[in-house]
Parts: sequence; C-alpha cells; structure tokens
Amino acid sequence: MNARDQIMTRIRSALKHTPDQDEDEPILTWQYGQPTSMTDVVGCFIERCADYKAEVTEVDADQIPHAIAATIKKLGITSVVLPPGLDPAWRAAIEQTGTTICEDDSPMQAHELDAVASAVTAAAVAIAETGTIVLDHAANQGRRALTLIPDIHICVVLASQVVSDVPEAVARLRPSVDAGRPLTWISGPSATSDIELKRVEGVHGPRLLIVIVAR
Amino acid sequence: MSQLTTLPRDTDGRLTPAPPPGELIDMPRFPINARHELANTDQRNNLQAATATIRAKRALRVSEVPQWEDLRQAAKTIKDQVDRHLDSYLLQAEQSLTKAGAIVHWARDATEANQIVVDLVKATGAPEVVKVKSMVTQETELNEALEQAGIAAWETDLAELIVQLGHDRPSHVLVPAIHKNRSQIKDIFLTEMGQYGTPAPADLTDDPSALTSAARTHLRNKFMRSTVGISGGNFLVADTGTLVVVESEGNGRMCLTLPQTLISVVGIEKIVPRFEDLEVFMRLLPRSSTGERMNPYTSMWTGVTPGDGPQNVHVVLVDNGRTSVLADPIGRQTLRCIRCSACMNTCPVYTLVGGHAYGSVYPGPIGICLSPLMRGLDSPIDQSLPYACTLCGACPDVCPVKIDFPEVIIHLRHEVAEHKIRDTKPHLETTAIAAAGWFFAKGRRFTVMTWLSGLVGRVFKAKKQFGAHMPWPARLWTSARDLPIPAAESFREWWRRNHERP
Repeated sequence: MNARDQIMTRIRSALKHTPDQDEDEPILTWQYGQPTSMTDVVGCFIERCADYKAEVTEVDADQIPHAIAATIKKLGITSVVLPPGLDPAWRAAIEQTGTTICEDDSPMQAHELDAVASAVTAAAVAIAETGTIVLDHAANQGRRALTLIPDIHICVVLASQVVSDVPEAVARLRPSVDAGRPLTWISGPSATSDIELKRVEGVHGPRLLIVIVAR
Repeated sequence: MSQLTTLPRDTDGRLTPAPPPGELIDMPRFPINARHELANTDQRNNLQAATATIRAKRALRVSEVPQWEDLRQAAKTIKDQVDRHLDSYLLQAEQSLTKAGAIVHWARDATEANQIVVDLVKATGAPEVVKVKSMVTQETELNEALEQAGIAAWETDLAELIVQLGHDRPSHVLVPAIHKNRSQIKDIFLTEMGQYGTPAPADLTDDPSALTSAARTHLRNKFMRSTVGISGGNFLVADTGTLVVVESEGNGRMCLTLPQTLISVVGIEKIVPRFEDLEVFMRLLPRSSTGERMNPYTSMWTGVTPGDGPQNVHVVLVDNGRTSVLADPIGRQTLRCIRCSACMNTCPVYTLVGGHAYGSVYPGPIGICLSPLMRGLDSPIDQSLPYACTLCGACPDVCPVKIDFPEVIIHLRHEVAEHKIRDTKPHLETTAIAAAGWFFAKGRRFTVMTWLSGLVGRVFKAKKQFGAHMPWPARLWTSARDLPIPAAESFREWWRRNHERP
C-alpha cells in the first residue's frame, strides 16, 4: 500500500466510531466577513501602522505623485525598482526626481535587486485594526521579490482599500487567491524579538517601510 | 552570483553545526531532566523574564478584541470539523494543490518524509537549502537527514540560527533561543559564524541590534545564492490549496520567494477547510503567540505563480503519529493546536524548567499531551510526561483553540497506569497498588495491616512526620511530599475503648 492510501486507511480507522453525520457534529455559528465597528477606519489604520514604526504620511489623492517624489528626495534614495503596472502619474513624478529607475519587465536577479535602494508599489487591501498592508502582487505591486530585497519599501494605500479588520480583508482577497496570486501581509518593517524578547526592527525584509495613505 | 558546488566542512568534518548527541526520545524521565535544567540559574532567569513579558503582551492584545471568546469557539469548531472529516479535506487539499501546479507527496513517518525531501533536493543538484522555521521538520530531524546526504540545511530564523550555531536544541516553539542571553549569543556568533559562512564582525557587541545585524549579513549571501527553500506551513487551505507561513523577520519571505524550488513539509492536521476560515485564525494566532495585533509578515501562496517565486513547488503531507492522536477520542483535540505557545508561556512547570526537559520538540502543556499521543507510551520519557503538570488549569484558559489540557493529561495518566499494568516489567507503583489491593481484599488481612500501621505509629510517636531522607522506595515519596506518622491507634480501637462497655 502506498503512503497516501495507508494514511487514508489510518484516518478512516481512527474515525470509525465517529459517524460522518450525527448529532455530535460541531455546529459553527461564526458569521464570516463581518466588519469591526470603529469611528474612523482610515485614521485607525494610520495610527496602528505607525505603531509598528512604519513611517506613515496622509495626503489627498491628487497629491500621491508629489508625496512619492518628496519621500525619495527627503531620504536621498539613489535607486528605485518599479513594478511594470505602476500608475503612470506616479512613475512620471519618480522620473523627475532624477533617481535611477530599474525596471522589472524582464525579471531582475536577486543579487541585482540587492543593489537597489528602494521599491515603490501600490497595495491591494489594508487592515485598520491591525495596521496591516496586504499585497496581492498584481501588476502595480510587482512580484514578491521587489518588495522584499530592497531596503526601503514605499507603499501607497488608497482610502478605499482600507477595511476595518481581518474578516473584511480576507473576503476582499478571495478573488486574488482564486486567480492564483500570492499574498503578502505586511505589518510594519521586518522585526525580531528573538534576543531576550527585545524588539529589533529590520532583519531580512525592508528595514524601512514608508506608507503613503491617500484620502 | 555563482552557486557553490562544494561547501566547506567544519572541524567536525560536517557541513552544518552538529546538534547535541543522542535522540530526544531516549532522554531519561522528566523529573531527572527537570532537576538538571533547574540547576541552570541563567536559563531560569531568562525564561522567567521572557515568559512574563510575553504573557503580559498577550493579555493586553487579547483584551482589545471583544469577540475573543467567539473567535476561540469558532476556531475550535472549525478544527473539530476538519478532524472529523480529515480524509475528505486532505483529498480536497491535494486536488487544489495539484490544480495550482504543486506536486503533493505523502509520508507515513519521519524517515519517509526526510527521504522524500532528500530525494527532491538531490534531484535539483543543490548543495544546500535555506529553511524557514518549522516544527514538523524539527520533529522529523530533517536537517540531520540532509547533512547525512551531503546537503547543508541552513536555519534562517534568528533564534533557530542561534540554536543551530550553538550546537543546541530549541527550548520553545516560538522563541527557540529563549534560554540564551545576549552575551551567550554574542559568543556563539563570534566563534561559529565564520566556520559556516560570512563571519561576525570582530568588534561585535552584545547589543541586540548589532547581533541582529550580524545575522542579517551572515544569512544574506545564503539567501541570494540558494536554489532550494524548505518551509513548514501554519495553515493549508483545503478549498484553494493555499499555504500560509506566519513570521516576523522576512527570512520566511526570502526562503519562500527567491529559490527556484520550494518544498513545504506540512503535518496533516494543518488543514483549514475554506480560505475564509483564515479570518478566524489570523486574528487568534498573532495575539496568542507574540502578543502582537499582527505579525510583521505573512506569506500565502497557492501552488506555482508563473513569473513570481519558485516554479517547482512541492508539498509533503506528513502523518508521523498524527493518525494515532486522531484515534484517541479524548487526545484528538490536541490536533487543533496551531503552535502559538501561549500554553507554555503560562505554565508554572515550563516557565521554571524550560523546554529541554521534555525529550521532544514540543515542550510545555501541548508537549506533554502530544508527545505521548504521537509516539506511544513505550519510552520512560513519554510515560513521565503526563505527570509534568500540576493540573493548575492555566493553559486551557489561554489556548486559542480551547484545548482542554487537564482533560487530556488526566486521560493520559490513566493510559500510563494501564500501560504499566500490561507491561511485563514490574513497576513500583503497580506493585504497591496490587499489594494494597491484597490487604484490602480480606478482613483479617486488613486487621493485620491496621495493627502493623499502629505499631509503626507507636514506635515513632515522638515525631510528626517522616523526614525527607527515608530509605528507598519511601524516599521517592518523601523527597517532595510529607509522609505523616500513622495514628498509633485505629478508629476501631478508639471506638472500642470509648463507647463499648464491657
């Protein structure tokens, strides 16, 4: 008997006194996809995201290109990798800063990405209660390596993408998963508490996370 | 960056640091290990401080969620449903994974799981693999199987790296190096890192930021060049085939994203039925384990995504004793465990003794249930584990999936007693109970017993109780408990003297 069949046999034998349907069947009363009530969803996201030592700026929607460019200039960022589907207006503003732009149209190697200072991307969903950004790696966010290897991640979140809590986010993300896209949930810069439980920001992922929230 | 074809060997002639010798299951009984661990004052201090901090953080983050009890109930129910229909859900998961381009393998036990991984790595020709922290590969001792096959396995979680470089074993499921303090970690990095890759800077201090930075540099090169990644999985979603890895440092993202081949070793109990169920578990797990609203990084992937991440995706579904747990109607509930570690952080035994005394990769309340259920009761360590508990009841209160630990532990104590009765080898406890049974069986024998007991009482009447230093076997009891002097006169004798007139 192969391993698969044998494991199936073991499971069925373990469950032989547990009929498939009976009055003991546990009943799930949980209501899926419910929002968590809060007065200011976007405000809560900004506060919670900043709690993780991410740098959060709030701007009007038409100020996004300007805010990205200002961040690049302020930090003196010398190079940036851009996902192929980034908003053209954002791209134009980044070009004007004079920073070196790397394209990922033909995928860059890991060590090439390691030499790039930053990445600018959009997001898919943001979660207020936990201060989390979720990427579904659509064309305006790029493949996973883009937002992993460069040391600075500048991420633009639209107010319409912010939901109250995890259940609403999971519901919104289902179509991305059905489309076979990976998801990356990001809550602040990478961190560890492995040494005497002292929190240290910046391990392997980007050490600096800059979030631009557009109302 | 060119891939290395041969890796340097250390002074032991190995590719990776040697773990401590011996098998965990061959360890002596828990009390013997505990005595040894308790003598380590540094470890006790580190553990007490760390677990107190993490308990407080957890309590704070849990108090923020008004529906916490509803979430726990939902998680319990979902996982119970999974266990009752585990065969169907596994087949559904296999189908979803295959449809998404992943290749599914099945392993009955640790040896089979390791062999599958070794063969897959060998087929790629890679001399080394990068690993995300995973309990199941620790359970199967995959790293040693790879080392024996000439493949270096690098642990990339900071704490796991500390443990690996320190020739040590993890002592906690979440913070495996909880027993080491910063100066010990500095020494390990300075001595060991250079043997296995980029050395630590010579002027390394014991500042946690400096130590973290040294680990980042040490591992960076390994991430950039490795072509095979190995992970576990926190959840496997049956209806979509999505695997979930919850982490903090980004080492997980590195291992899951950069290599061309990804092998995920997953216990068969890790299933959740629907993608939507993650809304329950992603709220429970971070708050219960690290006491955060959300962990820094969570990766979810569904088979192969063309043009993004590994293009060869394998999933090894491992039994290794899990079906034995399922076969125990009371023990079955421990399969709900999501490895958050809240139970050990709250356990008065674990927080003093630490994780090295449990003879298993699973310490604390969950360990004393899971290890005997998974491995059986044949070894001295597994027979002793259900007693490594005061039945104080703190752990079921913090468990996010509502495992009734005391219920399982009492059940296992019963199983241990039954096992000892069936055992051909004589056991002191069963002999003592059998002797008591013989005395109680007949009135005459009972009278003789009472007379003997009274005699002992009269001989020692000047004392209140026997001291700690009794001859064996009485010492087994008196070393930790009071043994009062028996009454010089039995109740019957007293009654006769006072109430029965001649």
